[in-house]
Amino acid sequence: MKNFLKYILFSIFLFYNFNSVAAEQSNKLLDPGWTFKGFFGKFDRAQLQRGYQVYTEVCAACHSMKYLSYRNLSQPGGPEFSEQQAKIIASQFEVTDGPNSEGEMFTRPGRLSDKFVSPYPNDQAATAANGGAYPPDMSVLVKARKGGADYVYSVLMGYEDPPSGIILDDGVYYNKYMAGNKIKMSKPLMEGAVEYLDGTITSEEQMAKDVVAFLAWAAEPHLEARHKIGFRAIIYLLIITVLVYFSMKKLWSRIETKV
Amino acid sequence: MSDHEYTPKSKFGKWFNDRLPLLTLSNHLTEYPTPKNLNYWWTFGGILTFCLITQIVTGLILAMHYVASADLAFGSVEHIMRDVNYGWLMRYVHANGASMFFLAVYIHIFRALYYGSYKAPREMIWIIGMIIYFLMMATAFMGYVLPWGQMSFWGATVITNLFSAIPFVGESITNWLWGGYAVDNPTLTRFYSLHYLFPFLIFGLVILHIWALHVPGNNNPIGIDIKKPSKDTVPFHPYIVIKDLFALLIFLIIFAFFVFYSPNILGHADNYIEANPLVTPAHIVPEWYLLPFYAILRSVPDKLFGVIAMFAAIFVLVILPWLDTSKVRSAIFRPLYKQFYWFLVADVLILGYVGAMPAEGLYLLVARVATAYYFLHFLVILPILGAKEKTLDVPLSLTEPILGGVPNEAILRKKKEI
Repeated sequence: MKNFLKYILFSIFLFYNFNSVAAEQSNKLLDPGWTFKGFFGKFDRAQLQRGYQVYTEVCAACHSMKYLSYRNLSQPGGPEFSEQQAKIIASQFEVTDGPNSEGEMFTRPGRLSDKFVSPYPNDQAATAANGGAYPPDMSVLVKARKGGADYVYSVLMGYEDPPSGIILDDGVYYNKYMAGNKIKMSKPLMEGAVEYLDGTITSEEQMAKDVVAFLAWAAEPHLEARHKIGFRAIIYLLIITVLVYFSMKKLWSRIETKV
Repeated sequence: MSDHEYTPKSKFGKWFNDRLPLLTLSNHLTEYPTPKNLNYWWTFGGILTFCLITQIVTGLILAMHYVASADLAFGSVEHIMRDVNYGWLMRYVHANGASMFFLAVYIHIFRALYYGSYKAPREMIWIIGMIIYFLMMATAFMGYVLPWGQMSFWGATVITNLFSAIPFVGESITNWLWGGYAVDNPTLTRFYSLHYLFPFLIFGLVILHIWALHVPGNNNPIGIDIKKPSKDTVPFHPYIVIKDLFALLIFLIIFAFFVFYSPNILGHADNYIEANPLVTPAHIVPEWYLLPFYAILRSVPDKLFGVIAMFAAIFVLVILPWLDTSKVRSAIFRPLYKQFYWFLVADVLILGYVGAMPAEGLYLLVARVATAYYFLHFLVILPILGAKEKTLDVPLSLTEPILGGVPNEAILRKKKEI
């Protein structure tokens, strides 16, 4: 029994190792301390609301978020804007709808059921408008990068003057954490780029942290439910395992072999 | 089957059983005499059955919401993750379930290797098991393609391209597999269709696997033939059922940790980027459970021979019952085999490790040595051991004293600790 557990633990250890072996990050990623990590990790509502503000006022100029709908903003476990607020947010966007009964496309104010309006009509337009670099869709961005939230945060904070000897082309910037250290996005967050409604100071770190928390939620909107259900499921499993263990001992006490 | 005659008690039961002997079958399954000394490594058969059923059930639900189309697949997976009630749970259980399935099957296979469970008269169980394992790999590979992320697409491209190594007809075969001239929508739809079919084939083979098991009965840690039913056996129900249940619950706790607290750790971040035929990821890495074979494939400089080596690595396992000529089953009584067994385990782990690394420099060298040793183990070491190894005395039964009249259970426990 003891041996069995030892082997199981050993194989889990190996499992984790297999996955981390591919890591070849030369720079250690920044970790500003996320509220959503760990067993009881939850999102900070105010932070997600601020993060949404940064996204929509800064990032959304180039980056789409095509898998999110405006209704998600009022969903439990997210920024939890009130339904009224989410309706107002949605109505500020112009959505192309149609065709109507005359066969014409038309625009109307957004509704809760609409997907986030993309800044460009298609990927090619987005690429052309950004010097040949497609600004990736941000719906699952945090899950699509090794290092997750830490990585995205690090890239936002990683803009530096290039070390001497490195000459960058026009429209290319030096970033400490980006693969190859070259990024086609100019430094997106400047102090005071947005004005928070709740009066939080808009330092670069604060904005980066808020927007990455928002992106983390966007990539994993059911994270809170997952943590909560997981905790209950594991407690339940532990209890039933103990009960089954003693039943097994009792049953096998009739046999002179140990289990 | 050597069961004693079973007659249902009720009149209806008798009438029914005469026409369809389901009750005889269920009686056989509950009474099935099982060696009482089975250790926890024997619980993985039950765990694997559970894994298969979990994959089928979660897969059925995912299939209700998934769209197999190159344009819509990625979005439909996001739809499952966001909008379908508990869709995230179904998908994470299914995706991590595949890894847990392979974890369990590797333990199951290595248990069989340690205790010689593949030897006569259990060759059929072993061969069917190997076919199941092969189908599992095919199913998992095709399943990984379905989300249509970058790793899906490029993994599919690399693996299907292997067939182009076949002389003369390679290219036509690859085009036929793709349904076109590159991995694209037709590839995705046929993979989806086959990914749906294969689990049911596996299910059928599992029934044959268990059937073949119930003819000679279980092997056991001592590896001796056990008279059944006798003092050495217990009925499957309730003794083995509850033990399997206990092990399954522990397995489920580990499973739950993955699903609820690190559901993406076994996957690859690139697969959350939608497939793009114009952008190749920096490293194309298969899922962890295929890495040893991937390492073997890449360690051979020639493409065709690499593919042959990879398939040969599975084929040597199929013919293992005839490569290992030793009459003694359990490694407990084979001091030399026991050593080589652990070398093999280490070798496979090393292959898995280098399979995840870029094929260059030291990694490539290690991969080549490990590949050579893998084949050496099965093709040279095992036949030689079968002829030369001095095995220890094997007891006649679990309860009867051996040679010096010592109750052997104590000895065996001691031996196991050494």
